[in-house]
Amino acid sequence: MKTEAEKIALTTTNTNFKSEEYFVNMGPQHPATHGVLRLLLTIDGEIIKKVEPDLGYIHRSIEKMCERDSYQQIVHLTDRMDYLSSHINNEAVCLTVEKALQLEVPDRVKVIRTIIGELTRIASHCLWWGVMGMDVGALTTYFYGFRDREMINDIFEETCGARLTMNYNIPGGLMWDIHPNFVKRTKEFVTHFKTKIPEYDRLLTGNIIFQKRMKGVGILSKEDAISFGASGPVARGSGYSCDVRKHHPYSALDKVTFNEALKTEGDSMARYQVRIQEMWESLSIIEQLVDNIPEGDYKVATNAVIKLPKGEYYQKVETARGELGVYIVSTGTKNPYRVKFRSPGFSNISLLNHIAVGGKIGDLVATMATLDIVVPDIDR
Amino acid sequence: MTKSIHQWLLSFMSETATSITEMVLIALVYLAIFAVAGLYLVLLERRVAAWFQLRIGPNRVGFQGLLQTMADALKLLSKELTGTDRADKFLYNLAPYFVIISALMALSVFPFTQELQAFDINIGIFFLIAISSIGVIGILLGGWSSNNKFSLIGAMRSGVQTISYELSVGLSLLTMILLTGSLQLSEIVEVQKNGWLIVQGHIPAIIAFMIYMIAGTAETNRAPFDMVEAESELGAGFHTEYSGMKFAYFFLAEFINMFIISAIATTVFFGAWLSPFGITESIPWLGVFWFLGKTLILVFLMMWFRWTFPRLRVDQLLTLEWKYLLPINLVNIVLMALIVWLNLTIQL
Repeated sequence: MKTEAEKIALTTTNTNFKSEEYFVNMGPQHPATHGVLRLLLTIDGEIIKKVEPDLGYIHRSIEKMCERDSYQQIVHLTDRMDYLSSHINNEAVCLTVEKALQLEVPDRVKVIRTIIGELTRIASHCLWWGVMGMDVGALTTYFYGFRDREMINDIFEETCGARLTMNYNIPGGLMWDIHPNFVKRTKEFVTHFKTKIPEYDRLLTGNIIFQKRMKGVGILSKEDAISFGASGPVARGSGYSCDVRKHHPYSALDKVTFNEALKTEGDSMARYQVRIQEMWESLSIIEQLVDNIPEGDYKVATNAVIKLPKGEYYQKVETARGELGVYIVSTGTKNPYRVKFRSPGFSNISLLNHIAVGGKIGDLVATMATLDIVVPDIDR
Repeated sequence: MTKSIHQWLLSFMSETATSITEMVLIALVYLAIFAVAGLYLVLLERRVAAWFQLRIGPNRVGFQGLLQTMADALKLLSKELTGTDRADKFLYNLAPYFVIISALMALSVFPFTQELQAFDINIGIFFLIAISSIGVIGILLGGWSSNNKFSLIGAMRSGVQTISYELSVGLSLLTMILLTGSLQLSEIVEVQKNGWLIVQGHIPAIIAFMIYMIAGTAETNRAPFDMVEAESELGAGFHTEYSGMKFAYFFLAEFINMFIISAIATTVFFGAWLSPFGITESIPWLGVFWFLGKTLILVFLMMWFRWTFPRLRVDQLLTLEWKYLLPINLVNIVLMALIVWLNLTIQL
């Protein structure tokens, strides 16, 4: 039983110091939302009560456009989904079409696809690392990440003619052969980058402020990761082994040995370390393949007009962000009847409310950075 | 020189008019110093940032980019002053002046050389601490009156941050006052003729210096304590809604404040205009060189912080102050008092 005085004290406290939740619109133009994501935040002071991602600001109906286009043309559209993994997106579509046509591509194509895919993954993680640092306030990381990404982009430019939307794959192989310098420059990059990842660690990972910001923040349990459909480094940071490259190897990935980066803590730091670890693993994959690229054709001839047999086809690959699935329904014509992309970003962003609630605004930004979202991938 | 100007003015003016004119002249001189120092600190920051970030930085406008920030200032002058519709117009327009005036006033008491000091007031250090905390009122007003939630969050953070770190700045300077026994800046410098205070006070002085630099960085709202304008969280924080010259006031004031924090550290810890080992004792005007040199080294240190460290979180910021810096500071004061009492200071 409370005394009368205590009751009065309680009521006065409640009326005098009533805090009020308020609503903040974060984005679509906001530096931390990496593009045009809009977050509807409900905040109590600095504490996040609710996060509601509002999507659709960069929806270009890529899936619908695919129904209009031929199979060769679809490949171009996928560049614009997750633009940081453009090569891997292209590869996913090509693999699906090749699977449907039961087309066996030459070993040379498989190896080149895998090498470029892993380079793409490193480039994507470099950019992520730079932006991650920027989101927690260390602007310098951005330039370090971009310095190394630039080398990869130069390799791509030489071979594919493009730096970002590479469009190097075609159903049945590659657009053209690799540039004579490709092997040399890739090896140069591998030696260069091996000295740079420790530099990343010295600049950011070991920093006490950074560790305090990341450890124990945005915790995602393994069960939640599975039930939200998370994939890629986000899920692997929670201990869910889901690397498509390991479980369902495609292209030349069955010929190489590598470890799947796994962490069990499930916090922001775990997701961070998984990506750093993945850069090492990708380097090792490239090293295993780059010295013995098999001789042979860089493509097999396909019909000018590709018609897939009637049926449904699915192929998944591991992009830098997680599992990308391509689902094609064909009625036997030159256009697909329906195309669906299962994008990793869409599932991962759905976690945001779950892991950011209860944290501060700064935590939300840091957590969102560890989800590594690319908004065009979410919206498509 | 000041005497001849004084005589010349007296020759055709009354006593009062002369002193008013002189005040205006001094104010104008400091205004010029303020503008030039602010602009070149911005340039320095940009070059230093570029150096840390594997870039070159501005080097096209003028020799090595020396006119870059002048051009930027001209651009800002010519820009339209936009603002939010429902802002509290009076407070919104008033805010930048608070920030800039506090920075300007603090600048006036520094002893650049033995002679070159505009006002040598007997509560110098106290005046500096007091004046530099007026600036936060401007930030609070600006954030609150611009009717933007991000600005408001930034302003509130600024209030919390400055009030907390004010204590550490004050206490760490107080630690050094135990050595000098005076708040007057000229006397503080006089004491240091027997060795800079950081040498005289050895261990507690070094601790005080470290605390002062941490708290000072937080006072000026610079990274890693730039909670107030954390661009990845709040857009631009309290000055989101400011444009043109009003924005430039906030921007310049930040750099001047950084200069002031470093200049206070130079005066209190590193002997102001005194040269190391008295090597240029015979040429007094070289004091300006030593004063600015030491200050710029400390400014560089603060830039180094900014371009290396990630940002703290708001609660970690307060934890750092109230759970670590403040208790250490209080113990440090006692330690310093003991050292002074037991005569354990190092006198060169």
